Amino acid sequence: MAKRIDVSGLNVYYGDFKAVEDVSMTIEPRSVTAFIGSSGCGKSTFLRTLNRMHEVTPGARAEGKVLLDDLDVYGPDVDPVMVRSEVGMVFQKANPFPTMSIYDNVIAGARLNNRRMSRSEADELVERSLRGANLWEEVKDRLNKPGSGLSGGQQQRLCIARATAVKPSVLLMDEPCSALDPISTLAIEDLIHQLKEDYTIVIVTHNMQQAARVSDRTAFFNLSAPGKPGRLVEMGETNQMFTRPEKKETENYITGRFG
Amino acid sequence: MSLTTTPPPGPGMSATANDLRRGSLPHHFPALLLAATAAVVAGVLLAFSSFGFVLWGLLTAVAYTVIVVTASARVEGGRKARDRLVTSLVYGCFLLAMLPLVSVLWTVLGNGLARFDPYFLSVSMNGVLPSMDAGGAYHAIVGTLAITGMATLISVPIGVMTAVYLVEYAEGRMKRTIMFFVDVMTGIPSIVAGLFVVALWIILFGPGATNGAAGAISLAVLMIPVVVRSSEEMLRLVPQDLREASYALGVPKWRTITKVVLPTSAAGLTTGIMLAIARVIGETAPLILTAGSSAVSINWNLFDGQMMSLPVFIYSQVRMGGAVNYERAWAAALTLILVVMLLFFLARMIGRLFAPKAR
Repeated sequence: MAKRIDVSGLNVYYGDFKAVEDVSMTIEPRSVTAFIGSSGCGKSTFLRTLNRMHEVTPGARAEGKVLLDDLDVYGPDVDPVMVRSEVGMVFQKANPFPTMSIYDNVIAGARLNNRRMSRSEADELVERSLRGANLWEEVKDRLNKPGSGLSGGQQQRLCIARATAVKPSVLLMDEPCSALDPISTLAIEDLIHQLKEDYTIVIVTHNMQQAARVSDRTAFFNLSAPGKPGRLVEMGETNQMFTRPEKKETENYITGRFG
Repeated sequence: MSLTTTPPPGPGMSATANDLRRGSLPHHFPALLLAATAAVVAGVLLAFSSFGFVLWGLLTAVAYTVIVVTASARVEGGRKARDRLVTSLVYGCFLLAMLPLVSVLWTVLGNGLARFDPYFLSVSMNGVLPSMDAGGAYHAIVGTLAITGMATLISVPIGVMTAVYLVEYAEGRMKRTIMFFVDVMTGIPSIVAGLFVVALWIILFGPGATNGAAGAISLAVLMIPVVVRSSEEMLRLVPQDLREASYALGVPKWRTITKVVLPTSAAGLTTGIMLAIARVIGETAPLILTAGSSAVSINWNLFDGQMMSLPVFIYSQVRMGGAVNYERAWAAALTLILVVMLLFFLARMIGRLFAPKAR
């Protein structure tokens, strides 16, 4: 079930370069938290540290504390592979596995982990996940066709179904709609609204209207200066962030007077 | 709108710089011109009774290129003329490159068909005197398949796993060292690979021990670097996105490699392995040293006694020098080419089976 994330004093490095500096925040369960900020300000990097995905990049490391309920994600005996099955992720570019059918893509998480499942259990999981991603009606007649034959928006929803099929407690979304048309974006946003009943959702977006539409809380990231690490400027209720931000910097960014 | 630079108006081009229209040669002009030049050049050469195919082709090509480029420069302007020039050059190079290939196939077919029949493919040279009008290459086909098959079985796992290590795990000095030695291995002359196995066999089994396994190992030495290199390229082509998608599902790295990376690149890996097989299936020198060159009977056992193979069969038949020997050599060469083509066809089929399907 949905879990709270508590981050304190997190620094992220790529080799010697400090990309994100001293971020502390609390992400509430069963809510949507949006990260906004200009390109390269470290919001995606920070997002990836929440499930230790940054470790895939050579030379990347993080210092600080990320608590998932009471468990320190960076604790000495914590396996990053287990963290990722608890904290799922959806990427900017839809990336269904090209060798697998729609059906196999959805149960990929279970299959690739060699979890044993009866045929009926698998069928049920596929249907439940696809229904959860509002994709079932569109693909139920072609479950055995390759996932890469779907449209961009359908592929992205397939990826969301795939991510939810492993039953994570947190879902991280890294600009999930940036490559989609408005209709598909709307479908995904509706889906995010439904998903927050069961998951903790964190979404990175460049689209401020989107942040305003889908999120309960918003965090604004910015660079202190070019070449300096990114930091968390301000975080608060989305309504308040977009109407009466506390910092001038936030207001400038939100109103488009950014310089 | 202001143009800061205006191209100098070429001949046949409108004087106003803003006119977007240009003259163009008729669509069929190049083909007609080529036919016309070919005919005229042939006529001229015949008139001087000095017709030869090489001279004819060469003069036609030069004349055609000169005319088409000049005509295009006058009618269509400089950029199009350059386009026509490069097009002609590329086609010329293509024909030049095809020439040896077609010539080899033609010669092998012409000379090899005389003796290429079911009989040739189904009997060995056992009990056949070199000058008798009998015997075939069955034992050599068996040897080639057995030796190359074993070499493939040895080198594919080693090669693919090395490539996986290089792409997915290795970094820094270790990676550079391995890549350097793979490159060095690529450069080993095949006879050295043969001598290496001969030396190894002398140490292990004493002098004079020749068998198919020794040949297979010498071929594997040649094959491994080719497999590593091509597999490495194929694995690098797998998008990082797919690996991340798999990691994000909580899938461990080794399963990501075996269940996502390798299946996605399976078609490319198959092609690479086939190219490696094609590279070694025609090797002669290491097999003469390791598997022997005097076997005449069918031998399926890689670990006992000499083993003939198609390239060595060709070599030893040519060495004997009789008319019937030459016929056998050509027929064996044809067989070898057909075996390779058959393998490529199979690989394409397998590759298509694995390839990611779009729809």
